[in-house]
Amino acid sequence: MQIKGKWTPPLFQLKQVTKYYRISLSSTITVLKEVSIHVDKGSLITIIGPSGAGKSTLLSLLNRLEDADGGEIYFQEKEIKLWDVLELRRQVGLVFQIPVMLPGTVKDNLLYGPGLRGQTPATSAADIIKMVGLEEKILERNSSNLSGGQKQRVALARTIANGSRILLLDEITSSLDHESAMSIENLIINLNKEHGYTCLWVTHDRLQAQRVSPYSWSLHDGKIELIANNKEE
Amino acid sequence: MSTTALFFTLIFVAVAMILSLWQRLGLERELLIGTIRAAVQLTAVGYILHLVFGLKDWPYLILMILVMTLVASHNAAKRGSGLDKIFIKVFTAIFAAEVMAMTILLGLNIIEATPRFIIPLSGMIIGNSMVACGLLLNRLQNEIQSHRDQIKVALSLGATSRQAAETALRNAVKASTIPLIDSLKTVGLVQLPGMMTGLIIGGASPVEAVRYQLLILFSLTAVAILSSIILAFSAYPNMFSKSHQLKTTFLNQT
Ligand SMILES: Nc1ncnc2c1ncn2[C@@H]1O[C@H](COP(=O)(O)OP(=O)(O)O)[C@@H](O)[C@H]1O
Ligand SMILES: [Mg+2]
Repeated sequence: MQIKGKWTPPLFQLKQVTKYYRISLSSTITVLKEVSIHVDKGSLITIIGPSGAGKSTLLSLLNRLEDADGGEIYFQEKEIKLWDVLELRRQVGLVFQIPVMLPGTVKDNLLYGPGLRGQTPATSAADIIKMVGLEEKILERNSSNLSGGQKQRVALARTIANGSRILLLDEITSSLDHESAMSIENLIINLNKEHGYTCLWVTHDRLQAQRVSPYSWSLHDGKIELIANNKEE
Repeated sequence: MSTTALFFTLIFVAVAMILSLWQRLGLERELLIGTIRAAVQLTAVGYILHLVFGLKDWPYLILMILVMTLVASHNAAKRGSGLDKIFIKVFTAIFAAEVMAMTILLGLNIIEATPRFIIPLSGMIIGNSMVACGLLLNRLQNEIQSHRDQIKVALSLGATSRQAAETALRNAVKASTIPLIDSLKTVGLVQLPGMMTGLIIGGASPVEAVRYQLLILFSLTAVAILSSIILAFSAYPNMFSKSHQLKTTFLNQT
C-alpha cells in the first residue's frame, strides 16, 4: 500500500499456503492450494465462494485456530507461529458464522475476553452494546435467550470488547433479516472507515460484497483470485 | 458353608435360565458365561487371597496391588482409546488414589498393616477409582465434543486451553463422581454395603461394622474423586495442541 510515497508492510502475507484436513486414516482433502495473498492494514476485503470452498478455513489460519500444512503466513512481518498465540488472537478477532454465546449474561460475554487477562474492556460494555445497535438493558439478560440476530450482534460486540482491531467476519449476516443485515453491514463499514478496523469479511451474498468493496477474493477449488465486483455480474 | 449348599444356589441360576428361555430374552448364553466366570474368578481369587494372607513379604503385597491397578487401568483406559498415553495417565490417577488412601489408613493406624486388611480395601479403592476414571474419560470427551463451539469461541478470544476447557472439566469431574456421591446419600437406606453385610454375617456387632463401613466409604469416595480430578487434568491437554488449538482427531472415537 502506497501512502504519501511511504511503503507500509502488509498486515498479513500468505505465501503459497496449503491446508488439508484428514478425513479418515487413509485420506485427506485439500482445502487450500498454494494460496498467496496479502492484507493491508485498514482494508476491508470481502471473500466469496461456494459453500465448502474453504472460506472459514482461510479465516481460521489467520488467528491460528488451525495451522497451515504448507507455505508461510506472516503477521506484521513476523512468521505467525512466532507470535504469542494468545496475543495474536486478541489482536485478530474472529466472529463465527453461527453465533455461540458463552454461559451467563450478555455482559458476561463482553467481559469474558478482557477478563481472561484480568482486565476490563477499554470502551465500556454499555457503549459497545449500543455501537452494535442493541439497547443497554440487554446487558443484564441471559445470553441463551436472545434471538439469532441479537446473538450475532453480541458476538460482534464481544470481539470488539476484546480490543481486536482486525476482524475476521464469517458470514455474520447470513442468519439475519434484511434490515438487521443492512445495519450490521453499515456498522462494519463504519468501523472500517471511521475507526480504522481491518476487516476480512466472508459473505455468500454477492450484492453485499458489491455494496461494501470494489473487489472480492473468490475462493474456488482451493484457489483464490481477485475479482472485480462489477454490477453487471 | 458346605459345597452342597453352594451347588443348591445354582438352582437360582437355573430358574433365571428357564425364565429367559421361556420369555425368549436371549440371556442364557450371557448368563451361563457370567455364572462360570464368576465361579472361576472368585474361586481363583479365594485361593490367591488364602496364599497372600499367609505371606509376610511386602514385595508380594505390592506386586498384587500393582497387578490390580494394571487391570483396573486397562479397563478404564478403554473409555479413552482416542487419547494419547491414556493408559499411563489412568494408571497414575488410580495408583495415586491407592497410595493416598493407604497412607491415611495405615499412617493413622486406622487399619492393621496386614494383607488381610490391605488387599480387600485396596480392591475397593482401586475398583471405585476405576469406575470414576472410566466415567470421567467418557464424560470429558462428550463434554468437549458437545461444547466445541463454545470452546472455539473462548480460544478465539485468547483463552488458554485450560480456560477454554474449564466448564467441560468441571462438568466431567462432577458427573464421574455422581454415582459415588449418590451411594453416600442412600447408603443404609437402599443398600447395605457388602463389607458391612459380611462383617455382620460373620458375627461382628452392627455398630462396629458401621464404624468400619463409614471409614471405608469416606476414604473410597474421597480418593475416587481425587483420581478423577488427577485424570481430568492430565487427560484434557491431549485434546488440545500446544498452541491452544482444539484437536478434532480424538473426537468420534469413543
Ligand atoms: N475440522 C475439519 N475436519 C475435516 N474436514 C473439515 C474440517 N473443517 C472443514 N472441513 C472441510 O473442509 C472444507 C472447507 O470447509 P470450510 O472452510 O468450512 O468451507 P466454507 O467456509 O467455504 O463453507 C469442507 O469440505 C469441510 O467439510
Ligand atoms: Mg464457512
